[in-house]
Amino acid sequence: MTEPLRPRAIGTSLARLDGRAKVTGTAIYAFEQPLERATYLHPVQATIARGRVTAVDTATAEALDGVVAVLTHVNAPRLASTDDAELAVLQSDEVAFRGQFVGAVIADTPEVARHAASLMGVSYDEQPYDVQLRADRDDLYAPEVVNPSFPTDTDDGDVDAALESAALTVDQTYSTAMQHNNPMEPHTTVAIWNDDGLTLYDSTQGVHAVRTTVAPVFGLDPERVRVIAPHVGGGFGSKGMPHAHVVLAGLAAQVTSGRPVKLALTRQQMFSLVGYRTPTIQRVRLGADSDGHLAAIAHDVVEQTSKIKEFAEQTAVSTRTMYASPNRRTSHRLAALDVPVPSWMRAPGECPGMFGPEVAMDELAVACGIDPIELRVRNEPATDPESGLPYSSRNLVGCLREGARRFGWDRRDPTPAARRDGGWLVGTGVASSTYPAYRQPGSVANIRSGPDGRFTVRIGAADIGTGTWTTLTQIAADALDVPVEAVDLQIGDSALPMATVAGGSSGISNWGSTIVGVARAFRDKYGPDPADGSETEGETPDNPASERFAMHAFGAQFAEVRVHADTGEIRVPRQLGVFAVGRIINPRTARSQFIGGMTMGLSMALHEHSVMDPSSGHVVNHDFAEYHIATNADVGDIDAVWLDEHDPHLNPMGSKGIGEIGIVGAAAAIANAAYHATGTRVRDLPITADRFLP
Amino acid sequence: MQAQITLSVDGEQRSLTIDTRTTLLDALRERLGVTSPKKGCDHGQCGACTVLLDGRRANTCLALAVAHDGARITTAAGLEDGDNLHPLQQAFIDHDGFQCGYCTPGQICSAVGMLDEFEAGHPSHVTQDPTGPQQLDDDEIRERMSGNLCRCGAYANIVAAIRAVAP
Ligand code: FES
Ligand code: FES
Repeated sequence: MTEPLRPRAIGTSLARLDGRAKVTGTAIYAFEQPLERATYLHPVQATIARGRVTAVDTATAEALDGVVAVLTHVNAPRLASTDDAELAVLQSDEVAFRGQFVGAVIADTPEVARHAASLMGVSYDEQPYDVQLRADRDDLYAPEVVNPSFPTDTDDGDVDAALESAALTVDQTYSTAMQHNNPMEPHTTVAIWNDDGLTLYDSTQGVHAVRTTVAPVFGLDPERVRVIAPHVGGGFGSKGMPHAHVVLAGLAAQVTSGRPVKLALTRQQMFSLVGYRTPTIQRVRLGADSDGHLAAIAHDVVEQTSKIKEFAEQTAVSTRTMYASPNRRTSHRLAALDVPVPSWMRAPGECPGMFGPEVAMDELAVACGIDPIELRVRNEPATDPESGLPYSSRNLVGCLREGARRFGWDRRDPTPAARRDGGWLVGTGVASSTYPAYRQPGSVANIRSGPDGRFTVRIGAADIGTGTWTTLTQIAADALDVPVEAVDLQIGDSALPMATVAGGSSGISNWGSTIVGVARAFRDKYGPDPADGSETEGETPDNPASERFAMHAFGAQFAEVRVHADTGEIRVPRQLGVFAVGRIINPRTARSQFIGGMTMGLSMALHEHSVMDPSSGHVVNHDFAEYHIATNADVGDIDAVWLDEHDPHLNPMGSKGIGEIGIVGAAAAIANAAYHATGTRVRDLPITADRFLP
Repeated sequence: MQAQITLSVDGEQRSLTIDTRTTLLDALRERLGVTSPKKGCDHGQCGACTVLLDGRRANTCLALAVAHDGARITTAAGLEDGDNLHPLQQAFIDHDGFQCGYCTPGQICSAVGMLDEFEAGHPSHVTQDPTGPQQLDDDEIRERMSGNLCRCGAYANIVAAIRAVAP
């Protein structure tokens, strides 16, 4: 048990400290740094899915007034390391996926850069390619591990025998679509290469992660790479690691004699260059007795990766720990395709991986004639089925019960397709949520006292909209036992002490624990009245409890769905999420995280589908006109609440991460509600109108 | 081709010579250093670049600067009254109507323009009786604000913020 922090500022709804800057638009994002003599980069992308570049005609582009330089694989500066194939930009003539960088123009203005890029004539030797994910491919393979380091397959007990003898079984295949993160701020890098080394104003979830990754690529000491990102316009995983454009900007900055190079990918370019959520095909088999007690769970996943770099989404991992069943089997198989590298997207693993099983649980509830909440309660494990460890806290049942009470679940008639309101069929559904309470070592914080009882707290953390500026200030204030006004927080710069990436819903846990540890050391050393300039620096303390407990957040998602009987139009007038996530640092920003995740879950359920065209290897719907994300009018009455959960084993704040759990289970709750409304079981996302038409 | 234009931006007269291909958004952001309007798509599909253009909300990425010589532009940075935030800006803070903040200046300009449109009696797609008395209920706000995407999913709080300020 870690010594808990006495909560004064934490737990209060402090308004965002960056609020004024955000509502006036004066917060500075990567592309907006005021810089003298900047140049603009416009990339040229491959128009074939696989092959070689045989020639690039650069003459017309180079002759344009205002063009500073043109880059191709022939003349681009050489990189020191090409180990990471995604980052080996313009180092060879090979094309591994459609949309890959094959050139770039750097010019005095964005208009000239764009025009010149359109004049680059690229010739190819096109080769056969393969971009189609199917479960019946004969070349599927088992990766060594799935992300970040989970076993690829697990097999406990005798699943086949248990399925054979089970009174009731569900055996269905579910699929989730390829989706693109699409943060509202495009992926953006401004690069400056001069005698000091490389400076990057980058739109990133982790300044140190960028520095650590790109320094060896350019053959620079990490100290000679500076990455700055005070404000980031969303990321949802796609800005968790640097993608090829960061390297392209760094290459370009080497040929502009010190002039800054500004690169903002267009929305269209982002569909081939900054990662995406792999599509998944999930076969789920459940076996249960007639009371709904699970005897077997099998979750077999097929998903894609790229040929140039493996990305193995941990889709079935949540199934290993979710419900009590003596016999459990999970597996992951990958198809390596001529496609861009998949990457993290909000709750990678859990988000797609809870769709199949949570719809399957609804199907099992129908098969048993048991309420779907009751079915989940009956399969609540006493300890983590996977590790055998006790949970540090597990309040799934509490979330389901509280949600049922708030949502009016007791009035629900389980009969499908039995409620009509005008032309609309109405139904409600539920699903569980979960997300691991990750904690990583390796962050460092520095605390220094100033005059007048003020403190500067420095850590290279990130605020991608999550509220870090505000919540870390609250934590630091409590840790130092001072009011929040006395804390000057500095984040978003690799010149600050090392911080882990804002990912895996672990940021506040990692950074907060570090700050609390350093603050305690500071007070131990300097007491209540430190002299001006007193300073302490330290690393994330260990948490021995993580060996002894399984640590996860849980939640329950409820949705009301209306499907129009004639047109199949589907609407979601109500969503409720109830979460058990330890202590909430800031209720105002926490609620935004939850409903933001649930809104993205609604978007996943109804809209999002990157359409890979097998005849071109191209995501054809590559903009907001064609790739739909939820708009204001799509969202109805949405709310998130939480249980008062006390878990002393997590960290001094007693908090679990909350950035991702909101999306987990949201789409399943909607699919289950759509079934209840219509009697039509949709097992493939997104749930579009045509699924309900005869 | 180059052209000379003058814009009034947040009350300040700014003259500049531009490439005639320059969008109003790039003129503001890249030439005048006015970065309150954001670029989310450059195709009129997200609303991040919304400003008040001669008093009406407009996507500046869809406007060529040369076509707006003499225009009066108000960005979210120009909505403040001295040190006081515009009531909508304060409401966005109070209701946490944003997370990453990238869509936010556009949302706020759009909301200001939307409330004026409503006052002027413009109906929307969800208005039941376009000629009768109108009520700016949540469905009206949602519909009228749907040109402004928010990937952080702050819509519910945006509606609450606007409702708090709406007449
Ligand atoms: S940037 Fe103008 S609408 Fe998206
Ligand atoms: S606040 Fe991030 S996109 Fe709206």
